Amino acid sequence: MAATTEYGPRGSDVTLTEAARDVLRRAVGSRTGTAGDVGFRVLTLLCALAILAVVLGVAVVLVLQSGLSLHTFGWSFLVNRTWDPVAKKFGALPFIYGSVVTSAVALILATPLGLAVALYLTEAAPRPLRAPLAFGAELLAAIPSVVYGLWGIFVLVPVLRSVVEPALGHVLGFLPVFSGPAYGVGLLAGGCIIAIMIVPTIIAISRDVIAAVPQAQREAAYALGATRWEVISGAVLPFGASGIIGAVVLALGRAIGETMAVTMVIGNNHDISASVFGLGDTLASVIANEFAEAADRLYLSTLVEVGLVLFGVTIILNIIARLLVWRVARGNVGATV
Amino acid sequence: MSTLGVAAPPRPAGVRLLRRRLLDRVMSALLLIVTVLLLLLLAVIVGYIVVRGASAINFDFFVQLPKPVGAVGGGVANALLGTVELILLASCLGVPIGILGGVYLAEFGDNPVADLVSFMADVLAGIPSIVIGIFAYAVVVIPMHRFSALAGGFALGILMVPIIMRTSVGILRLVPATLREASLALGASERATILRVVLPAATGGIVTGVMLAIARVAGETAPLLFTAFGNEYWQFSVDKATAALPLQIFQYAISPYADWQAKAWAGSLVLIVLVVLTSLMARLATRNASVGLGRQR
Amino acid sequence: MSAWGGNAEVAPAASDVTGDAAVIQQTTERLVNIAVPAGQRLGATGATRVAAKRVNVYYGRFRAIRDIDLDMPDRSITAIIGPSGSGKSTFLRCINRMNDLIANARVEGQILVDGADVNQSSDVVAIRARVGMVFQRPNPFPKSIFDNVAYGARLHGVPGRRINELVEKSLRQAALWDEVKDKLKQSAYSLSGGQQQRLCIARCIAVEPEVILMDEPCSALDPIATLRIEELMIALKERYTIIIVTHNMQQAARVSDVTAVFMFGDDRAGELVEVGQTNQVFTRPGDHRTEAYITGRLG
Repeated sequence: MAATTEYGPRGSDVTLTEAARDVLRRAVGSRTGTAGDVGFRVLTLLCALAILAVVLGVAVVLVLQSGLSLHTFGWSFLVNRTWDPVAKKFGALPFIYGSVVTSAVALILATPLGLAVALYLTEAAPRPLRAPLAFGAELLAAIPSVVYGLWGIFVLVPVLRSVVEPALGHVLGFLPVFSGPAYGVGLLAGGCIIAIMIVPTIIAISRDVIAAVPQAQREAAYALGATRWEVISGAVLPFGASGIIGAVVLALGRAIGETMAVTMVIGNNHDISASVFGLGDTLASVIANEFAEAADRLYLSTLVEVGLVLFGVTIILNIIARLLVWRVARGNVGATV
Repeated sequence: MSTLGVAAPPRPAGVRLLRRRLLDRVMSALLLIVTVLLLLLLAVIVGYIVVRGASAINFDFFVQLPKPVGAVGGGVANALLGTVELILLASCLGVPIGILGGVYLAEFGDNPVADLVSFMADVLAGIPSIVIGIFAYAVVVIPMHRFSALAGGFALGILMVPIIMRTSVGILRLVPATLREASLALGASERATILRVVLPAATGGIVTGVMLAIARVAGETAPLLFTAFGNEYWQFSVDKATAALPLQIFQYAISPYADWQAKAWAGSLVLIVLVVLTSLMARLATRNASVGLGRQR
Repeated sequence: MSAWGGNAEVAPAASDVTGDAAVIQQTTERLVNIAVPAGQRLGATGATRVAAKRVNVYYGRFRAIRDIDLDMPDRSITAIIGPSGSGKSTFLRCINRMNDLIANARVEGQILVDGADVNQSSDVVAIRARVGMVFQRPNPFPKSIFDNVAYGARLHGVPGRRINELVEKSLRQAALWDEVKDKLKQSAYSLSGGQQQRLCIARCIAVEPEVILMDEPCSALDPIATLRIEELMIALKERYTIIIVTHNMQQAARVSDVTAVFMFGDDRAGELVEVGQTNQVFTRPGDHRTEAYITGRLG
């Protein structure tokens, strides 16, 4: 672009660039009309409000469709261990347990991993490497869940079954959490696959949070004689702490909502297993497995109620996460991640 | 306060300094190692898909229908078509709402309602896709009494809206205010300004956003499980159950047949290629679009 | 018309000013009483503490400062003045190796602190423990007042029992103790701008450095806070060698013993055009560029 556009007072010389002249030519061809304007505004407003309508609509539909189940089981739905469609006894505790355990495993694995990569990318990596490395992390995020599931079945599960779980059982088998036979599939597999899938979320948001820490904080620490690691641990991380926690909470929300990959490696069992080697199900995976075949209204209604629990939990986690992250790094922080 | 020059106090022993420097080196190395491990993991995942997928891909894969259970051969042509159909249906819903909603947020969005919408878009993006599937089931499948491509497209369209809205807002905000002012100063209406000046200027970025959204929903499986449901045959109407590539991959992956499992890998390869290509294009396009609009990003 | 008459003639006239102006006048009068002509400093040995020899700094291929030779005397205040872009801050940051943080910066030449060249040294941490820095905008950590001051000392391994007394001593030296002694556990961000900057000074002092670098420490502060910090500087030079970069000529005239004048040449590289006793530089500048700058014709 050559010169800038100058607006002078009436009657003075006005200089326009070619591009601006082009724009004016195109715009002049239209009619001026307030009716058209109002209509257009309303149209765009309606489209924006569609978001609110959808979120509200989902909430309403979930509540309505799970009405039968809510009515029949009440709060006991959340604490009963038995899920028997034949006997018409439905308790969602095994799935809540499964979701909690797999998410916990996923967070324990993914948080240090993601944070370390985010730190490397923002603080330590040589400049030319940063973009390609970041792209690599984005690539991980773009792989569909079902593809992760496939890879999980044929690569992760055999490795867990023949190497990792026996090793863990050997060394730590006295702990109930690592006891029992090594199937490969199960809660640990579910947790691992979710971990891989949420690492990009943690990396992306942590990167934004860390990059938003003012350089002045780092300089202050360096000037006092801190080593690079001391600057990171003593000045950068404390400053970005709430944002990083927000990243973790957001990742937790993702973890709980993960469906396909988990369904494919978790073993699909309605029991509660004390050991991570055991089989299980999560809130999302039970819906995926059983919804399409749910024959009667009550069964369907209970599955919708499971969906309602999922909905409520992820919304709350999302809201908490966004608030935490907005506090540290305002603006476009990982919004589409 | 007038003590004369005091000798500098003795520095702490060098051992502590050595320990600190050692810790610094160890932690820096650790950060590097972890990053390398993650890249290795990515390589292993993508590598497996490429290797296993490539060996199962052939011409038939793309043009033939699935063979009956247990029989070898055939392809996933109907699933490929089904995915295209679903994406088109989803776009009909998601693209206009996403773009126009983005226009509202960017052009008229200086009010609490807009802030709420923006916040809710993030919330919507965080709802598990299977829950959206339940919503689509209740809203489309139940009244229609059958599974259908419409239901699947509806679910996927909802998933597309927040993504397209977010990217549209971003790119519209990059359009310089002077363009709008120039148009309005000539007496063009607000509507004309947006439709004929602002949106055309933002086209590149908006297209990128749409591509990203398509890449994202092309791989979605969960909401299709009980909306589109899947189909073994060709199917060209929107009100019947339809096959889709991710559904097919799921079905084949959990099956006990080696031939089907191989096809699952092949399908995954196709999805990955689609996704990577779209991501790359989107990244390149974003760089060019922002530069074209005269800003450094 | 020559400019400032050096730091012995600063007091403004009139005694009927009130409010802020009264505070300013009182503080200035105090400064006048503390300031003593350079040749009669108590405690200063006159020896050189920090010496720069043929220092050049490049950012990539662009030379930012050229061939600086500058001796900064022990336990005095050396002020570096000059227009924007003349490399003052760049030079200051060489002394504690802060330019290492800039990717394509290259520093050539020698920077001797007590005879040892810090530019060649591989132990940056040790250098920064001896040469501290206070920045343009106060930058306390998101910790309590106590923890801010204790931060550096803890890093360098000062034992726990000494920390309390060290924090108090540093806050006293920074003229902040009385204002914060009852709220040491409160967040540093609850302090005003001027207080935060004094906190940063206390934090710097707690590491027990020998040299304190100040990069336009008052530019983000109001006039009263500025004068308080100038008072502080004059008190601090009893123990520490202070090198300050400032845009404010009057400040340099008020507080410093030695003034160095930087200018940039045609190639935009900063260079030292004059250095000398502050009195001299401001009343009888040797270089025409100095005079032009001081009288406001330049920069």
